[in-house]
Amino acid sequence: MEKRFVYMDHAATTYTKPEVLEAMMPYFTEQFGNASSIYNFGRRSKAAIEEAREKVAKALNALPDEIYFTGGGSEADNWAIKGVAFANRNKGNHIITTKIEHHAVLHTCEYLEKQGFEVTYLDVDEYGLINLEDLKNAITDKTILITIMFANNEIGTIQPIAEIGKIARERGIYFHTDAVQAVGNVEIDVKEMNIDMLSLAGHKFYGPKGVGALYIRKGVKIDNLIHGGGQERKRRAGTENLPGIVGLARAIELATSNIEEHNRKIKSMRDRLLKGIMDKIPYTKLNGHPEKRLPGNINVSFQFIEGESLLLLLDHYGICASTGSACSSGSLDPSHVLMAIGLPHEIAHGSLRLSLGDLNKEEDVDYVLEVLPQIVQRLRDMSPLYESFIKEGGK
Amino acid sequence: MYSDKVMDHFMNPRNVGEIENADGIGEVGNAKCGDIMKIYLKVEDNRIVDVKFKTFGCGSAIASSSMATELIKGKTLEEAWELTNVAVAEALDGLPPAKMHCSVLAEQAIHKAINDYRIKQGLEPWEDRFSDDDDHHHE
Repeated sequence: MEKRFVYMDHAATTYTKPEVLEAMMPYFTEQFGNASSIYNFGRRSKAAIEEAREKVAKALNALPDEIYFTGGGSEADNWAIKGVAFANRNKGNHIITTKIEHHAVLHTCEYLEKQGFEVTYLDVDEYGLINLEDLKNAITDKTILITIMFANNEIGTIQPIAEIGKIARERGIYFHTDAVQAVGNVEIDVKEMNIDMLSLAGHKFYGPKGVGALYIRKGVKIDNLIHGGGQERKRRAGTENLPGIVGLARAIELATSNIEEHNRKIKSMRDRLLKGIMDKIPYTKLNGHPEKRLPGNINVSFQFIEGESLLLLLDHYGICASTGSACSSGSLDPSHVLMAIGLPHEIAHGSLRLSLGDLNKEEDVDYVLEVLPQIVQRLRDMSPLYESFIKEGGK
Repeated sequence: MYSDKVMDHFMNPRNVGEIENADGIGEVGNAKCGDIMKIYLKVEDNRIVDVKFKTFGCGSAIASSSMATELIKGKTLEEAWELTNVAVAEALDGLPPAKMHCSVLAEQAIHKAINDYRIKQGLEPWEDRFSDDDDHHHE
């Protein structure tokens, strides 16, 4: 078996596609003018940004005026949540979110709690889905914002976004969704889904890092996060990341042009890989929802072993993946997402996320199916948990 | 993140396995915290003539087990008792700060195995410098 490089961590980040880079290049070296400058050379940069804004708007079925470029997904989340919280303080101080959000949302909510806001963290079921009745019951007359992620970065579970949007709209509460993992993988229509704010990040859909966007529906009352110059229609200060914005727009255009076809390809590889893992490796559990999940996402737990040692061995064979084990993150507890879906600690420690994307080929699936079972067995043979399990008759 | 030594002992762990009818067995850690270390000793004339381990845990937990077992092989029980977690970490050319507890586990597992042996021999167990409450300070 020949060693190969297999990148199965697309949920962490993706490469920038050559056609995206090509679109960006002139804005570094030639058309570098400041979009705020009055001369024609600057105005051409401004025009490029406006063209980019149209592309992003089109991908979400939003209006161009509803798109604001940011320094990434985390900034977009921070802006949406803090901005709405502080601007609507006179109306109420209650925010509803879930226990499985990205830290950009969770830690922002925790910060707001210190500022006097109250936050409800909704539970999820064993698949990572929220219960819509729980959501309705959590709403009070002080609720000003519901922020629930479109799709989870670890287990890939896709929430019933349109239903959440409907509930929020009926109750007159703003609805923000972190769609960082969803763009390019799920059809998004902010109008139809009643989404008031949506965060996205370029590097998750084959665009550059360090650039994102926040969609803000016209009429949403929201404070600024970044204060300074009058860029982004006085809403987000700072000289525009011109090449980044052009790249993000080109990337979203490509990523949303044929979601169905793209998903079919990724999903067929994902399904073959998942089936192979389940068939070849006993005592394995699938984490997340069997159907309502991102097309490239696999999250499984292997009993009796720990995720960090698994990643190190996979890395030795050239395979890039990730885990929810505490030991890989430097924190002491395993992933909050795996805890929220009710996994016992030891099962969460043995989790592996493989996220497939455009870099993957069928040969990668074959290779992982060759290597992974051996690695898992190697670690199990070293594990005292496996030893006692076998001695007790392997029940 | 890990030294070459840690990676070597992780990729090619020494002394993995079990000893049938071991003279002393020590198991520390718990699955909740993500690491369990189990050490088996074969003792002859107060000397560790063979040692094996099984570990559930991260790369540094496995490397610490491997290194610790190497360091006590052939030693008297008194000498083995003196092995500190810092010595294990140093022999591995250092561990990241968040992973130092892996070396503590190794020291504790050895102590527990030695005391298991002593108890089986009808001897008083020696006092561990880490109390049982410290067993796994992950709270």
